[in-house]
Amino acid sequence: MGSRPGTMGPPSGGMSAPGVMGSPVLEVRRLTKLFDQVVAARDIDVSIAAEEVVSIIGANGAGKTTFVNLVTGYAHPSAGSIRFRGQELVGLRPRDITRLGVGRSFQVPQVFSTLSVRDNLLIAHGLAETGRRAGLSVLASRDRVAACEKLLSIYRIDAYRDRAAAVVPQGVRKLLDIAMATAREATLLFLDEPTSGIATEEKFAVMDIVMAALAERKATVVFIEHDIDIVERYGTRVVAFHEGRILADGPANAVLDDARVREHVTGQRRA
Amino acid sequence: MPARDYTGVALAVAFVLFVAAGFFLPSWAVSLAIVSLARGIVALGLLVQFRSGLVSFGQALFFAIGGYAVGLASLKLRVTDMILLPLIGAAAATLLGAALGFLMRRYRTIFFAMLSLGFSMLFYGLLVKTETLGSTDGFNVPTPTVFGSRLSALATRTLLYDLTVVASAGVALAVHWYLGTILGRLDAALRDNEVRVEYLGYAPARAIHVQYVLGAALAGAAGALTAMAVGHIDPTMAYWTTSGELVFITILSGTGSVFAPFVGSLVFSLIQTYALQYAPSIWQMILGVALLAIILYLPGGLWSALERRRARA
Repeated sequence: MGSRPGTMGPPSGGMSAPGVMGSPVLEVRRLTKLFDQVVAARDIDVSIAAEEVVSIIGANGAGKTTFVNLVTGYAHPSAGSIRFRGQELVGLRPRDITRLGVGRSFQVPQVFSTLSVRDNLLIAHGLAETGRRAGLSVLASRDRVAACEKLLSIYRIDAYRDRAAAVVPQGVRKLLDIAMATAREATLLFLDEPTSGIATEEKFAVMDIVMAALAERKATVVFIEHDIDIVERYGTRVVAFHEGRILADGPANAVLDDARVREHVTGQRRA
Repeated sequence: MPARDYTGVALAVAFVLFVAAGFFLPSWAVSLAIVSLARGIVALGLLVQFRSGLVSFGQALFFAIGGYAVGLASLKLRVTDMILLPLIGAAAATLLGAALGFLMRRYRTIFFAMLSLGFSMLFYGLLVKTETLGSTDGFNVPTPTVFGSRLSALATRTLLYDLTVVASAGVALAVHWYLGTILGRLDAALRDNEVRVEYLGYAPARAIHVQYVLGAALAGAAGALTAMAVGHIDPTMAYWTTSGELVFITILSGTGSVFAPFVGSLVFSLIQTYALQYAPSIWQMILGVALLAIILYLPGGLWSALERRRARA
């Protein structure tokens, strides 16, 4: 990898979000995705700076997950560009993008359900080792086991170490999914609804664990969230989606107080 | 920490027992053992694929490639060395497997099974139509030589048996090691969730390709050993019933250990031999009933019964 010189222009004026200084980690320009007649994303412009914590909100079908799918290579845009540290991501496959340092967790945790929690992490770490020969080194090496044990305790899921991922509580599976996404020293992380399916009283605890772990790594975080209390508490910047477009982008309070956001996204809850 | 791994020790013990048994077994049993260990080698390759949730229903393709490679090498190239021939068989199958793998890696489940079946039947059709290869009759394979010299039939058979035992133990050990590596441990991960594998930065198709080539190489070597043991090759080596038997053995064995395919293959050979001898008209039905019983009562294969017993102890 490595950024090509000359491709990292300054953030284009006017469109850049508040708080973006210097060269952004992620720069999305005029991103558009059409599924037949449906516009899933239209002219999305967004820049995200290093170590920002951005929350994406929007009603169902607003294009939040589509946005994450486009950036991580799961879906291919109809038009537009996505630059990560200056490198164009459009046209790359999810595995290429992962290798560049972009991690992703899923709304429905994508874990290896028949494997134990620890083995899930071991495999994530094993695959994180690049190089041709790496695939044929013993998976459960002392170093790798130690690294996984550390992650298990950081994410407070060590009690479930030997249980199959299919049978652990949803919150544990969510945390495991996120821990796996960080295995490759990802510097930009997309978390798709990290608290969905978790009991209300546990949501804050889960987010505390995740955000502390990611802050420790100085990761840039973009998370999709429906729960406005979570958004207010963890997202310093909020991007509101509506019908495939960005409705508002800015500091959490400003966006959440925006009349159009209240009408289309949050309802009248904050009135 | 996981329990200590005794597979290497157990393999060494089994190896010594098998070699020793070679001196006492009657000739028919030695032949049976060679063929059945060879089938175990093929099933070992299938085991790796099974663990990823893939069933190749055309492994007979590579088995036959190994056999015909031996036949052609001894007749046309005058290569009759007992040790060299299985390597030639494995190499031929590896090359073909590597090439076909580019297509196979794109398919899963029933499509993977049917495509592999298709390739094997294509080869079968080709063999049947090729007059120079003896068409449906096949042809005889010359007795292999050892380091350039021709030995008595008995000595040749004993050495071939020993070679097969060495090969079986060797590949079992290699596959056991492979299953502990990152690539090997991906098996269940691929079965569970390819999306996550992709999002961990690895191409699932590549891992499946590697497994496919591994399976091809093992089947090729086994086909070569079988051709030398039987002394004759014909297109039924590539026929779908041969693939079916190999899948049968893999289901019968279970995928819990690299020992399983060999245990399963020996059991299969014994059932087949005795069923043929005592109930020639319904021997296939006996096999069918045996398979049904395994699927109903021991879905994890014979090996799972041994494991359950050990867990209880």
